[in-house]
Amino acid sequence: MTTSTPLDRRAVVARLLQDRKNLVAISSLGSATYDLAAAGDHPRNFYLWGAMGGAADIGLGLAIAQPNLPVLVLMGDGEALMGMGAFATIAQQMPKNLSIVILDNGLYGETGAQASHTANATDLAAVAAACGIPETEVIEDEASLAQIAQRINATGEGPAVFVIRIDGAEQPRCLPSRDGVMLKARLRQELGFESM
Amino acid sequence: MQQELNTGALDWPKEIYDILASYNVVQVPYVPDGGHAELIKRIHGDPKMRPVSLTTEEEGIALAAGAWLGGQRSALLMQSSGVGNCVNMMSLIKACRFPLLTLVTMRGEWGEFNPWQVPMGSKTQQAFEMMDIHVLRAETAEMVGDTVRAAARMAFEGGTAVAVLLSQRLIGAKVFVK
Repeated sequence: MTTSTPLDRRAVVARLLQDRKNLVAISSLGSATYDLAAAGDHPRNFYLWGAMGGAADIGLGLAIAQPNLPVLVLMGDGEALMGMGAFATIAQQMPKNLSIVILDNGLYGETGAQASHTANATDLAAVAAACGIPETEVIEDEASLAQIAQRINATGEGPAVFVIRIDGAEQPRCLPSRDGVMLKARLRQELGFESM
Repeated sequence: MQQELNTGALDWPKEIYDILASYNVVQVPYVPDGGHAELIKRIHGDPKMRPVSLTTEEEGIALAAGAWLGGQRSALLMQSSGVGNCVNMMSLIKACRFPLLTLVTMRGEWGEFNPWQVPMGSKTQQAFEMMDIHVLRAETAEMVGDTVRAAARMAFEGGTAVAVLLSQRLIGAKVFVK
């Protein structure tokens, strides 16, 4: 582990998405959803405003249905902790087009910055690896982001989990639509399906 | 421990499998249950279907939503005790108006030996209805096919969230042998 300054979450997400092509991005409720919106709204963005613990499994279902489409699930450490079983489920399915990026600041930013389990004990990349995810990495420096951006926009050998250490600074909220029916219809139509 | 499956003359698990296949269901997330064992086996034997073993039932609700976003149909298999695990995740179904088809084998309602199954088994239907999931129920082997077919039609052609409860009387109470 290095002692480099933790990264700025908005800059990280903007960098990861700057060259997106056909990528579908799903974000967990709270800051990850605001970060995804701040990087620019897109019909292939699916913002969660609830269903905590389910983000990775939504990505899995989509990745299985569309095996040639790169699928990114962007989440905080709180979301990852609530849905840790998903790592084991994903490792059973081994989709090559699913990447999970965990923005880890060791705290629950949305609810008053209480410390999360990753602050002093739990290593989510190690959890994912122990569940059988073949590609896991902890990223603590800006220089690695270009390579991660390339990876999430492509299909790999199997699913990947990247834990990116970010600072705990609170960012201005960037609120995308909360209309779940519209977000679902928009993404389905974008992928060539009827809205319902 | 052993389980008696009262399939009788009618092989209702096969009937369920045939209906799922006829509706082009691909993803079948499940937490195993004795009552679903034969169906799970058939799904694993079909290269056109994708069984997804879950660590907890609520994963299956999220998976079903993701599958639908990607244009694929799914059916979630679980036992009644798992329904309680899904309650908050069902907000995803309601908030985004996702279709859902889930087939639930009942415990804790008919000749149940294990009292720990009764609290959730006796409130399974209410748990679904609390989250506006439509509930259909099959009491006998003869009812299974029509009920699952009706539910699949509502889900995949009507976009409704539907649960089918397969009664414990149909499945047979689990027999515990020392």
